[in-house]
Amino acid sequence: MVTTRSTGNSPPRLPALGLKSLALVLLSIVIMFADSRASHLDTVRQAIGAAVFPLKVIVDAPARLFDWAEESTVSRETLERENRRLRNERMLIDAELQRLTALEAENARLRQLLDARQQLTREVRVAEIMAVDANPFRHTLTIDVGTADGAYDGQAVIDADGIIGQLIDPGIRTSLAVLISDPGHAIPVEVNRNGLRTIAFGTGEIDTLDLPFLPNNADIEVGDLLVTSGLGGKFPPGYPVARVESVTRIPQEPFAAVEATPAATLNQVREIMLVEADEPERNDSPADGSSAGEPLGSEPLADE
Amino acid sequence: MSSSGRQGAVAVFGSIVVALILSIAPLPDSIEEFRPDWVALALIYWTMMQPQRYSVGTAWLVGLVLDVAQGTLLGQHALALVAVTFLTSRFHLLMRVFPMSQLTATVFALLAVYQFLLFWINGVAGVDTRAITYWGPVIAGTIIWPVVAGLLSGLRFRLLARG
Repeated sequence: MVTTRSTGNSPPRLPALGLKSLALVLLSIVIMFADSRASHLDTVRQAIGAAVFPLKVIVDAPARLFDWAEESTVSRETLERENRRLRNERMLIDAELQRLTALEAENARLRQLLDARQQLTREVRVAEIMAVDANPFRHTLTIDVGTADGAYDGQAVIDADGIIGQLIDPGIRTSLAVLISDPGHAIPVEVNRNGLRTIAFGTGEIDTLDLPFLPNNADIEVGDLLVTSGLGGKFPPGYPVARVESVTRIPQEPFAAVEATPAATLNQVREIMLVEADEPERNDSPADGSSAGEPLGSEPLADE
Repeated sequence: MSSSGRQGAVAVFGSIVVALILSIAPLPDSIEEFRPDWVALALIYWTMMQPQRYSVGTAWLVGLVLDVAQGTLLGQHALALVAVTFLTSRFHLLMRVFPMSQLTATVFALLAVYQFLLFWINGVAGVDTRAITYWGPVIAGTIIWPVVAGLLSGLRFRLLARG
């Protein structure tokens, strides 16, 4: 790319250089508009992304090598201990799962009575975070799956504790995910205790989400669990998002100041999972028109 | 020109690839905000030394790659790098005869222009960031500039001597 540029023979004359620069600046502006308004440039991005992929692999290599070295030098004793612990853990989880199967069946029966259709089990794909620092202006992660593995734009990303974020820029082999703590991100949630719906905004602080649309008399308390409501169709409903950390009610203000801490530890994860949203819900959900869950810019309105 | 030119191109290409790698390499959170703009520094150096070969066109292409590598708005770094290399190319004769202190001050100004353009585009695009964080790369880049310039000119002279 760089090497094939003109093997110039004349020094640049100023007007030519100025014109060329101006043209490139204008072209950049056009590209930025096209990129921000719609996904016209996804193929361009993916093509350049394929060229960037080796760079990402190189950057990720030391971390991977370190992991590998660590794994291949553990003592037999440690492995046996870990194996025992995992076995015990598995037994406990199996026991709980028995209960869950019964509950799931009961839930399905009740849902049938209520005529609600919603799938409970979902397609989940395990992925790993690459040790690559991306966008310096936003809270993002690079993960090691892409469209070749079935990932798609807007897919929800979770870890063992809750929602982490969503994919914004799926490449062929690697993708970019934006965290729920990104200041441009909003996620539709509901209070698990009473079903109160609202929207949680990222603040730019890794451990704080902001809930700006709750009136002073809203039934919300410190310690309430917020789960995804599934409105907007991007996030599957029922996954933990955050726990309410503080509620400040100022009588003169129309809204209470509510802050929450993400359930997932956003800056410590390494293994993550991609979850598919409900296909039918995405198509005929009543909240389709709302822009809740959009990652960038456009401020979603409150639920009502 | 031909054989040393090809080696020169390899040096330029290699140094830009290294700069791209450094700009996405993971850093501890504490110094994350002070990551120098490696790509901008490398392009400033090569444009200053060989403006007839590496200038705004190279910068634009490298900028697009940087945008994809970092996942920023496509065209954002491209525009900022074009502006910086245009200024460098315009004043390259002056910059070449500057003593290092004065050259470093010029690089400070160029990096400030670069970050200001990124800041400005972020503002228009609605990417909300604290303005103070844009100074980190400018300061770190200015401090590291003499080292970068020394390394790259070492590379260049070694190739020239061999050619």
